[in-house]
Amino acid sequence: MPSPVELFPARAAEIAYHVDALFFFLLIVTGIAAVGVFTLLIFFSVRYRRRTPPRPTPRITGHIRLELFWTTTPFLVFLVMFWWGARIYLAMAQPPAGAIDLYVVGKQWMWKVQHAQGQREINEVHIPLGQPVKLTLTSEDVIHDFFVPAFRTKIDVVPGRYVYEWFTPTVAGTYHFFCSQYCGTNHAGMRGEVYVMDPADYQQWLNLKSEGSLALEGRKLFLQLQCITCHVAGPKARAPILESLYGATIPLRGGGTAVADDNYIRESILNPQAKVVMGWEPIMPTFEGQVSEEDLIKLIAYIKSLGPGQTPQRNEESVPPPPPTETKKTESP
Amino acid sequence: MATDHAPATWHHFDDLEHQQQTTLFGMWAFLATEVLIFGGMFTAYTVYRMQYSAAFEAASRHLNLWIGGINTLVLLTSSLTMVLAVHAARHGQRRATTTQLLLTAALGSVFLALKAVEYYLDYRDNLVPLYAFDPAEWSALNVRPQHVELFLIFYYCLTGLHAVHLIIGIAVVLVLAVFAHRDYFTKEFHSPVEAWGLYWHFIDVVWVFLLPLLYLIGSRAIVG
Amino acid sequence: MSTISAPFRPQSSVRQTPTAGENYVNAAYGTRSWLLTTDHKRIALLYLVSVSSMFIIGGLAATLIRLNLLTPNGAFMTADTYNKTFTAHGIIMVFYFLVPVIPSVLGNFLLPLMIGARDLAFPRLNLASWYIYMVGAAMILWVIFSGGIDTGWTFYTPFSSKASHTDVIPAMIAIAIAGFSSIFTGLNFIVTVHYLRAPGMTWFRLPLFVWSLYATSLILLLATPVLTVALFLVAVERIFGIGIFDPALGGDPVLFQHLFWFYSHPAVYIMVLPAMGIVSEVITCFARKNIFGYPFVVAASLGIAVVGFLVWAHHMFVAGQSVYAALVFSLLSYCVAIPSAIKVFNWTATLYRGSISFRTPMLYILGFIGLFTLGGLTGLFLAALGLNVHVHDTYFIIAHFHFIMVGGTVMAYMGGLHYWWPKITGKLYPESWGRISALLIFFGFLLTFLPQFVLGYLGMPRRYFAYPPEFQVLNVLSTAGASILAVGYALPLTYLIWSLRYGPDAGPNPWEATGLEWQTPSPPPTHNFAEIPVVDCGPYEYSGEEVPDHGH
Repeated sequence: MPSPVELFPARAAEIAYHVDALFFFLLIVTGIAAVGVFTLLIFFSVRYRRRTPPRPTPRITGHIRLELFWTTTPFLVFLVMFWWGARIYLAMAQPPAGAIDLYVVGKQWMWKVQHAQGQREINEVHIPLGQPVKLTLTSEDVIHDFFVPAFRTKIDVVPGRYVYEWFTPTVAGTYHFFCSQYCGTNHAGMRGEVYVMDPADYQQWLNLKSEGSLALEGRKLFLQLQCITCHVAGPKARAPILESLYGATIPLRGGGTAVADDNYIRESILNPQAKVVMGWEPIMPTFEGQVSEEDLIKLIAYIKSLGPGQTPQRNEESVPPPPPTETKKTESP
Repeated sequence: MATDHAPATWHHFDDLEHQQQTTLFGMWAFLATEVLIFGGMFTAYTVYRMQYSAAFEAASRHLNLWIGGINTLVLLTSSLTMVLAVHAARHGQRRATTTQLLLTAALGSVFLALKAVEYYLDYRDNLVPLYAFDPAEWSALNVRPQHVELFLIFYYCLTGLHAVHLIIGIAVVLVLAVFAHRDYFTKEFHSPVEAWGLYWHFIDVVWVFLLPLLYLIGSRAIVG
Repeated sequence: MSTISAPFRPQSSVRQTPTAGENYVNAAYGTRSWLLTTDHKRIALLYLVSVSSMFIIGGLAATLIRLNLLTPNGAFMTADTYNKTFTAHGIIMVFYFLVPVIPSVLGNFLLPLMIGARDLAFPRLNLASWYIYMVGAAMILWVIFSGGIDTGWTFYTPFSSKASHTDVIPAMIAIAIAGFSSIFTGLNFIVTVHYLRAPGMTWFRLPLFVWSLYATSLILLLATPVLTVALFLVAVERIFGIGIFDPALGGDPVLFQHLFWFYSHPAVYIMVLPAMGIVSEVITCFARKNIFGYPFVVAASLGIAVVGFLVWAHHMFVAGQSVYAALVFSLLSYCVAIPSAIKVFNWTATLYRGSISFRTPMLYILGFIGLFTLGGLTGLFLAALGLNVHVHDTYFIIAHFHFIMVGGTVMAYMGGLHYWWPKITGKLYPESWGRISALLIFFGFLLTFLPQFVLGYLGMPRRYFAYPPEFQVLNVLSTAGASILAVGYALPLTYLIWSLRYGPDAGPNPWEATGLEWQTPSPPPTHNFAEIPVVDCGPYEYSGEEVPDHGH
């Protein structure tokens, strides 16, 4: 870092400008309030200090209009603060479509980052300038928190579920990120740097670090864990086919629907009985303890990537299944 | 200082009546705290009850409804005897007060004894996480054993907490019975019996909530 | 001594003749007479000693924390020791000092005196509360000194329920025990205020300190049990390995946060409400004025107590709760700020056309208003959702709640202690030393915690044992401030003890105050009043003008 003392953090994401604007608004409003109160306190203290001999004081017990004034005025000002803060918060909660996907797993005491094209890094995050980036985060053990001060954003990374965080970097450079939810001995060591790079440099970095993409890795797992035995097209299917599943609304056995997002797919792998698709038997075994958080991410990336007709064929089948297949068929004995 | 002789007014009260009202109000305030203790537990229970309803209902069906039901009757009856004890104390009837208090304590003990039998049966039926529990049995029912364990741990926590309250209640009622026998209470001074009567009814009401929450959430055919 | 010629009207027309006779201190001698007492004044002194000791231990932990943060990689502690130290600091200060301090010490001593009662409603329960507190305190000290715990005072799951290898369960039991002490104190206060007010002491003639204790007691009674439940469930999870809060076993770690903050947010008001009561007492006395807007100050106390129960999830804006829940809790958090603002405005207005003397208690109380105002205003930053995300779990939070807890509660407690010290002990302390300590604490405090706001906005997370080097200068400033603060706290400890032996006699009413507690000798006799006073006016009739008869 260039300067030994900082008084204001670097500002390097779109949302940070909004957060800072709100911050300065609050600083000015509360500053006026504080100066007002302190001026009155000091003025009264000097003006009405005790004299010798002391003067009798008037008996003043209150003033209704004044009370109403200083009850309603703050309330109105607070409504503005609330509205402004809420707007920013809502924007933070809605990642834009087409953002670069990054997968982050926190564990005591490190951050493991995976890029969609398979690049992996630890306690470092490389991202391109000017493009929205969406993090999908989870934890292997306790609650962590992914905090990038320069982007003015953070989220608690709770084990057992996915949470999301997004930002659009606006200034190239290197910025700290911290774990900001206390997580044990080396909590303070669970930090690293975000590298915001020129798109060209970023592409070069990607090429340099290239490995098999997450979806490809997921496909291997999909075969290896024999998901394909049941989740297959055609009459052999004992479970729903997963093509174009991601983001769809699916009817559930026993009523109700669910949106097939990351958390749903995750739950369906670890706790398959929780939400069974309408028309299918709850026969899937749990994969809890057999798939790590990172493997889960790969599987989900693969399922996300599955388009119509892309389900691989079962290994033992040499002959392609008879043409027009019905996507859903109950064949329970 | 201490009240070691019958009806004593403490120095800071105007009169006995004043002191008695204060005692009763104190018990009401204490019960407000108690409501929040059980309320906190109920909240946590409800969260998981909603989330894992299938497992909770399946596990609930395995509880012993017969003992639960009989115990409800026992406890409700004990509330009746408690009311009679308070009534007798108000009218300065020494023997009736003593008898009714002893009956109340006895019914409370019957409840505890049955509860102990029930815990033993639960143990025999593999309903004790960690000590006697068969995950396979529950997987076969298509519910996750971990969620069943959650239900069971709430079952033991809630009934255990209730039992602790009941044990305290029985101990106090027995002490009150001894005092009643020694003619400590009079027409004018009986607020301890009334105050602990409130406590007793509170324990009773808690059980009335526990029964449906724990035993009756899964629809079932009555089986012996 | 003060020279006040302006007339003032005490709350009771029955003026007690101050006789230097028997009082609660010299009524009996020996350890037994203290350990088995049921006199609320003696129990208050027992609490004073125990709570002050806990404050010193918690303060030492704070000193170690600040010293270790002098260098970016930790000056002398290992990460584990550091974590255990801040946990000890948090637990001791919150559960064993801030929550009990004002109710148990000043409240215990003054509540019966202020409403014209001879004791609290349940004197033996009161003594029991102290013993329960002592058991809890002994246990937590044992846990801390026999190895410590490293969960932080918030005990977040699943860290506390499965990852930590320290003595979490004994610590939780200790805190639950201390909680019962609070519950019984709160219960005692509520019943006392309802049933033991002197003749003529109507609800709207109650001193504001009594009102604030009443509001506090409501929270103690209704919030503390939920904390007990939360800790109990964590303990069950640790013992039996059932996943109540462990997601791997089907539990929900965030549920713990809900239960915990359902207590611990109202607990903030448990700490600060009594402090607000003290401010109203002191500011009226030293400005010689009626409190401005008595009914509004009362309503604000009750409003805080009620709305304070509805804002707990503002501690969880980044914990992944639903956006809509966050919106509701943000709005409610702004609502709960309004009563506090009302109070500050009313105190300021009370000074208007007063006759203000700057004695030690008044300096502390003016310090309170200044620091509390800053603390409250920074709270508005935290309630704004979009901004909360950035400053959440950073030193901004640390600075904010220390402004409320230390700048607020502790300042007011010191003010109250100096205000009532002559009543409690019958002795006066050296005034100039008192003023010096008040100023040292005020400025030391500012130097300690203002830099932490900057650090927080820069992004330094809390509970960090090591930090990037560019944060060092601000950390050094903060530590420098803390050393001034330490001197500021050591001074009163010294001269107050000194005054017990060498201080001049105070007389029954050195400040010429109006409250009932000043109309009995200092120290008060065992049964408080020779004759129960009959109250015939409101609490703060300091002005020279005639009190209009409302025909009560």
